[in-house]
Amino acid sequence: MKLECENCGFEWDYQGEEQYYATCPECQYEVEIPAEAEVVAPERDIEDILEEHPAEQSSLIPILQETQEQYGYLPKEVIEDIAGYLGLPESKIYGVATFYAQFRFEPQGEHVVRICHGTACHVKGADAITETVENELGIDTGETSEDGTFTLERVACLGCCSLAPVIMVDDTAHGDLTREKVKDVIDDYRGSSS
Amino acid sequence: MNEERRVLVGYASCGIAAGSEQIYEELTDQLEEHEIDIQVDKVGCIGMCHNEPILEIEEEDGKYTYGNLEEDDVEKIVGQHLEDNTPYEERLITAPGEEYDYFSEQKKLVLRNSGVIDPESIGDYLEKDGYEGLKNALDEEPDEVIETIKESNLRGRGGAGFPTGVKWQFARDADSDEKYIICNADEGDPGAFMDRSLLEGDPHAVLEGMIIGGYAIGADKAYIYCRAEYPLALRRLNIAIDQAKEKGFLGDNILGTDFSFDIKIKEGAGAFVCGEETALMHSIEGKRGMPRPRPPFPAQEGLFDEPTNINNVETWANVSYIMREGAKGFAEIGTDESGGTKVFALAGKIKRGGLVEVPLGTTLQEIIYDIGNGIEGDNEFKAVQLGGPSGGCLPSEHLDTPVDYETLTDAGAIMGSGGMVVMADSDCMVNVAQYFLDFTQEESCGKCTFCRVGTKRMLEMLDDFSEGEGTAEDIERLRYLADKINSHSLCGLGQTAPNPVLTTLRYFEDEYEAHLEEDTCPAAVCKELIEYSITDDCIGCGQCAQECPEDAITGESQEKHEIDQEVCIKCGACQEVCPVDAVEVE
Repeated sequence: MKLECENCGFEWDYQGEEQYYATCPECQYEVEIPAEAEVVAPERDIEDILEEHPAEQSSLIPILQETQEQYGYLPKEVIEDIAGYLGLPESKIYGVATFYAQFRFEPQGEHVVRICHGTACHVKGADAITETVENELGIDTGETSEDGTFTLERVACLGCCSLAPVIMVDDTAHGDLTREKVKDVIDDYRGSSS
Repeated sequence: MNEERRVLVGYASCGIAAGSEQIYEELTDQLEEHEIDIQVDKVGCIGMCHNEPILEIEEEDGKYTYGNLEEDDVEKIVGQHLEDNTPYEERLITAPGEEYDYFSEQKKLVLRNSGVIDPESIGDYLEKDGYEGLKNALDEEPDEVIETIKESNLRGRGGAGFPTGVKWQFARDADSDEKYIICNADEGDPGAFMDRSLLEGDPHAVLEGMIIGGYAIGADKAYIYCRAEYPLALRRLNIAIDQAKEKGFLGDNILGTDFSFDIKIKEGAGAFVCGEETALMHSIEGKRGMPRPRPPFPAQEGLFDEPTNINNVETWANVSYIMREGAKGFAEIGTDESGGTKVFALAGKIKRGGLVEVPLGTTLQEIIYDIGNGIEGDNEFKAVQLGGPSGGCLPSEHLDTPVDYETLTDAGAIMGSGGMVVMADSDCMVNVAQYFLDFTQEESCGKCTFCRVGTKRMLEMLDDFSEGEGTAEDIERLRYLADKINSHSLCGLGQTAPNPVLTTLRYFEDEYEAHLEEDTCPAAVCKELIEYSITDDCIGCGQCAQECPEDAITGESQEKHEIDQEVCIKCGACQEVCPVDAVEVE
């Protein structure tokens, strides 16, 4: 990722693993890594993930989270590895993983559209937004489009209530939506997918 | 660089949702183009979400606030204000010396830094006397710190309102070498965003409170359990922890004392019930987040079976304020029973929504009308929903209710964590009850039968009401089940799940009866009971037919159109696009 030092103006291609700040090679100034920049996580397989966590049950949820971040979902084979490492039966792993809404057992689309159904969004038309997005994408909530571009989910609340109705696409929230505006938002992501 | 001037861009999640990212980028470009060298800070929530995106300019004489910005406005602000020193009036909300009446009734203790400092800079926090509260605490004995918190009359801001100092005392008195501090940042109530804003706007205030708490009860390890849905809050917490370690406020031998303290972040994985303390601790332990009976209370046997003190985000931020400014001043704000302020997330059908901090005891009327400026559009106030799925809807007769723990509970609502959603005559109370029950039955962990099955049965009855299928006996059944669920559930989620139904039945029984006896939904929300039709005002423009997702609308160009009721799914899209308001619903 290209970074420019705010202090001395030096530009360089940053390859490190820091998420928030990088040290300028020229003047040692702490340069902020922009939040919007995709931090390319180093390719890690399950062995690498497991290695970083002690083999105890309290590591389970962080391991599942990192696994999902790496693979996009929780593949069956990986669950076996996790069970072996933690010394827990697979049923226990599934017991925990299925309890939490965050975990998926199937791959998801390139973009994840989350429609907020918080109280404020509900009274300001989240259902109309849902209908519109479902129509636009041709899928129901909980499904992934056939070309693998979009997955559509509902969430309880994104906490941007004063801008209701709100949706979140990947990590970006879009607020004050109408049927028309949400179509534009979806279109923007359509164009940006590879 | 001009040292007297600084530009602030509101950069909390809601600001970003409104477009502040584009505003920030445009600002950077414009400053470069005009060759202006000035400090620009991304700040947390400024509080007036209704004006987002917001940009402020700090001058020697005070602060200029611009709001509701479009990208094009940035060029004018840079050109006119920053270059020619003439404020750009069109988007100016307040100039120095003017007070925006949105803030007149507010009192910012917890939010004092939010929207003012750069939350990613510990230097900014230190400049505002940050970590002075910790220094004061470390100069005292732990018991004295607990005494101070007791004197302040601070009560837990997570909803239940238990006196914080008393809770700390329990954990202090528990005998163990290993103790834990937890910050509950699993803000799951739909309609609430206080904790997110606080973590995004002033993360060090929360950390400081936790460190003080650790010192007071004798804990050296802590967890922050934060929702994964809050990526920006997590980012800023991570940065703040790193910075605090570097400056010696966290880690071994804090500020040269014997006291050591470490904070770790645990990301929640999307389960509402994990906001309940015992469920939350199970989740940190890597288990299914299900509650367990109390006693033993966490103060005796909590995380990993060790004594644990758990408080929510806002409570921790209050602690650092109290230790810095003293207990007496804090206790004087608020009511006799509870000191200080409460932050509310004001949203829904309100003109000026946002993050609001008021002294405890302020009335709902003042919050909704003086701060929120009343109901948006031409609508009339119907109800205000407090406390999320555990809370209730209060009607206009209760607008003079002061917000404190006891009075709100007496009225049938709860203080809750601070969500406040305003509803208008266009909102159906049966639908609102149905909405919350749908949420709680979905989020019930399934441990207690009454919560797992009872909420489902209540929801089915409400579904029947919304379709005009309910019976008079159902109202009694709802009340009966509500009582049983309340008394037969282990945790707060189950015990309070019926509240939205009970309060709507208590204050809006006539609406239930309209659904029941007349098969109508007075607010025209429940789809099975309404019909869309096109009036003679139709000009035959065809926009509705084009918009209709089901092709239910037909008609010749320039002639009145018709809706096929068999095909219509009652989505309301036609009504939204009609240029002459010729689509009626009843």
